Amino acid sequence: MAVTSPAPARTGEDPAPAPAPAPAARRTRAARAGRWRWPAVVPYFAFMAVCFGLPACTLAYNAFTVVDPGTGASHYSLDNVRHSLSGAYATGLAGSVKLSLLSAVLATVLGTVIAQALLGTRSTALRKAVVSASGVFANFSGAPLAFAFIATLGTTGTVTRLLHLKATGFSLYTFTGLVLAYLYFMVPLMVVTVLPALDGVRAQWREAAASCGATRAQFWRHVGLPVLTPSLLGGAVLMFGTAFASHATAAVMTGSSVPLITIQIANALAGNVLVGQENLALAMSLNMVVIALLVMAVQIPLQRRSNRWLG
Amino acid sequence: MAGMTAVSRTARVPRTARRRPWGGVLVLLLAALYFLAPVAASLWFTVDDPAEGVTFGAYAKGLHDADMAAALGLSVRLGLATVALGLALMVPTMVVVALRLPGLRRVVEVLCMVPLIVPPVALVAGVSTVLSWEQDLADTPLWGTFQALHNKSFPLVLVLVYTVMSLPFLHRSLDAGLRAVDLRTLVEASRSLGASRLGTLCRVVVPNLRPAIVSGAVLSLAMVLGEFTVANVLGFEPFSVWMVHVGEYEAQLSVAAAMLSLLITWGLLLLLTNIAGGRTRGRLVRDRRKTTV
Repeated sequence: MAVTSPAPARTGEDPAPAPAPAPAARRTRAARAGRWRWPAVVPYFAFMAVCFGLPACTLAYNAFTVVDPGTGASHYSLDNVRHSLSGAYATGLAGSVKLSLLSAVLATVLGTVIAQALLGTRSTALRKAVVSASGVFANFSGAPLAFAFIATLGTTGTVTRLLHLKATGFSLYTFTGLVLAYLYFMVPLMVVTVLPALDGVRAQWREAAASCGATRAQFWRHVGLPVLTPSLLGGAVLMFGTAFASHATAAVMTGSSVPLITIQIANALAGNVLVGQENLALAMSLNMVVIALLVMAVQIPLQRRSNRWLG
Repeated sequence: MAGMTAVSRTARVPRTARRRPWGGVLVLLLAALYFLAPVAASLWFTVDDPAEGVTFGAYAKGLHDADMAAALGLSVRLGLATVALGLALMVPTMVVVALRLPGLRRVVEVLCMVPLIVPPVALVAGVSTVLSWEQDLADTPLWGTFQALHNKSFPLVLVLVYTVMSLPFLHRSLDAGLRAVDLRTLVEASRSLGASRLGTLCRVVVPNLRPAIVSGAVLSLAMVLGEFTVANVLGFEPFSVWMVHVGEYEAQLSVAAAMLSLLITWGLLLLLTNIAGGRTRGRLVRDRRKTTV
């Protein structure tokens, strides 16, 4: 950027065009270059192996292991997985999936509508302000978000008292309350994610459609949405993943009154499980990873189409 | 371009063009209401006492709370250590992979994105299992390592887990930064002028990647400062965990702390847009400071 190269880019391995180095010298330098490639990447791979690989493999291995409470011996078993998919834990998993699906769909729709409304105003200053505000709100999640919502819509919250919401039977500590809170960080995230794609919907396409006699609804139905589908789906997958993984907001706001798998895993890790089911938390975690993988897989084949039109 | 389009649209379909901005404005106003109401309501919650009226007691209490200072200090130290470790691992790796080992590019990308698939609560389930091996290792030299990992005053294990969780941010911003500069030419120019490898990395590559490095660092820092799940499961008390514990008996103080954390996030991101906005502007500010000193 700042330093411009005096010569056109060289593609060779040897960086220094010293005045005619002897063949032996060149060979040592090449050898040195070869030797020097690896030390820079070894710490990274070692770190990943120890800090991510080790816990992940332990998770996968122990999820299929049961420790006998009497003898202390461990053996291979599917009991953990079976327990993690039955009873209260199945309800928790289903609750998490339902909550994530609903909030992902709502966040995708609302985020896109807000982003399109923003583009419609054609104001650069407003766009800048909204993008930076979205950055802040997208990062405002977890415990602080839970407290902000408790102070606003909780039993003694400001808005609850102001609008006498208690009389209407509204409670923040429910499924609906959680969706309301999740949208607070998911919608801004979606706005930031979808804005570049909406920028890519060219005004010329709209003009071309309009000059062919298409209405605005027809343009969006036949041109805009099909082109945007991969981006929107990608956004929705990201939203689902974010909602599915979040734990702190729900844990602080609702405790365990809304059954969610993340809260159940944290409870199980804190020791609230039956004897012999110590590895249940690991099996539940494995279920989460599998679901996250399945949802991610939806998006991959669609990415190429998106790149073709909006790249 | 935009002006031209606007003109041609008003000429052809005047009715839709005139009607559209109002719907958009309404949407934006509703969104503003939804996003600003909780902040305003929370601020009011912290200063409004049913018995005494408006009071700033919660903020005064927060300022004098030693536990809060300790928790916030721990969060900041964890955040800085995470950023330092993450950058020390990622910058050399990504630079070398981009220059010399293009075959590993996909591998590094996939490895950095995998933490997105494993949610923090699942990752910490694995980590706590690994930590539970401590009893079995009491006689080996590894025992000391485990002790250092969960030292209460500075839990290294949190730094390691947070670094894994920050890899997606770091990778995304460094990748974008590397695409924006002609790294090969820069490195060859620097090497042919006689700079060492380390000198090239520190004085040529890093300054050129500065916006990318700053953006990755700020996003990781914001993530660590607000993180609750991992610290809570492993039994440590950084800022957000303290906030929850204090919320059990002092609701106002914890809401005030939540607002403080919103303010910190906002400040960090503001810093990001100002620093990463332009290299030249940053340099100008630095030069001006030099001349005034």
